[in-house]
Amino acid sequence: MPERNESGTEGDAQYLQTPSQTVGPFFGYALPYDGGPEVVAPWHPDAIRFHGTVFDGAGAPVPDAILEVWGAGADGRPIDERGSLHRDGFTVTGFGRAAVDRAGHYSFTTVRPGAPAPGRAPCLLVTVFARGLLHHLFTRAYFDDDPFLATVPEDRRGTLLAVQDGERSYRFDIRLQGDGETVFLDFIGDGRG
Amino acid sequence: MTNTEQDQINAEIARVHAATAAAGPLPVHPLRDFGPYRSSALRHPTHELVRADPEEIELVSPAFGHTDVAPEESDLTIQHSGEPLGERIIVTGRVLDGEGRPVRNQLVEVWQANSAGRYVHKRDQHPAPLDPNFTGVGRAITGDDGSYRFVTIKPGPYPWKNHRNAWRPAHIHFSLFGSQFTQRLVTQMYFPSDPLFALDPIYQSIVDPAARQRLIATYDHDVSEPEWALGYRWDIVLTGSKATWMEPEEGEHA
Repeated sequence: MPERNESGTEGDAQYLQTPSQTVGPFFGYALPYDGGPEVVAPWHPDAIRFHGTVFDGAGAPVPDAILEVWGAGADGRPIDERGSLHRDGFTVTGFGRAAVDRAGHYSFTTVRPGAPAPGRAPCLLVTVFARGLLHHLFTRAYFDDDPFLATVPEDRRGTLLAVQDGERSYRFDIRLQGDGETVFLDFIGDGRG
Repeated sequence: MTNTEQDQINAEIARVHAATAAAGPLPVHPLRDFGPYRSSALRHPTHELVRADPEEIELVSPAFGHTDVAPEESDLTIQHSGEPLGERIIVTGRVLDGEGRPVRNQLVEVWQANSAGRYVHKRDQHPAPLDPNFTGVGRAITGDDGSYRFVTIKPGPYPWKNHRNAWRPAHIHFSLFGSQFTQRLVTQMYFPSDPLFALDPIYQSIVDPAARQRLIATYDHDVSEPEWALGYRWDIVLTGSKATWMEPEEGEHA
């Protein structure tokens, strides 16, 4: 049973997690930045489009979500390059940020990451923030079958797969709730991610 | 929906708090499914989250540095030709992990309403004045001790349409990266003694009163500067998957 909030002693009390709050509706002039969705420039020979639509529990597009992607390099290893905010047009940093448009659609250009280990599939970590979402959600977009997917109920597995929908283009829709609800991940072990 | 009265929202908040307390230990983070905050209704997952061991990539964060953020971006009062209106303040603190270690060289982003409670955002229709000398966006990179420091204007409270006569307590939005991406946090910092705390469904979405308290900055006279600005201190703690990892008990995780 997780007890992060009641592990009692004075000493621990200084270092208890700061709680989340929603990103709200008014991040549009603050969080998006020039080049945010371009993890690599579109003309990069290995560039792929990674895109999709965010839907709510009524199946309606969410027009005020903002997404981040974080992925390994083509060699499958984390990238330790600065410049995610100030893109130089050449350096791949692995991090991108994109607000959805009015139709709930987002689009990144990035590189297809390499597999983290033999027998494993490449994936991107996708983080979703939105008005109405009090705490962000993590999910993963897999580019191939991965052993982790076997731990997910079969009827929901597909929500973690990026679907190739064109030459060098992959679609990854996100359903926050309801039919086809995306599998969201808990890395902490408290059931809340 | 906006015809709902504050009394009813208060009653709903009390009901959810009581039910959550009865169900076990209080969670640190907000309930994603928090009825009094109407916008959460269709935007929270109904399935349990799936437990995942972080991959190597998820245990690191993007590298940010001074190439990404200029030092003057932490002063929100010098972005235009004149001084913004309102109460000038300094907000400073440290970003720490669950062991109290500083989170160094990481990006901190803030955004906020102006002193009249108005955001520079086209969807903000609150009929309060924009301030031509205030945008309300700042960035900083944490120092070796995890510290950050912003100079800004105290934001005003503002109305919203969750229910009738709904007002948000004054707050500054913060976006934080830890040393692991699993520590990523977007949150809001509040000011001491705000009379709107008890009425605000976003603040009250955190059921644990001690956790709610951790979102409130402290007035710190040592941070205040004479003839210049009042000082507030607010430390942020980002616990990661390692810091809080506990052996799952059989059948505990979906």
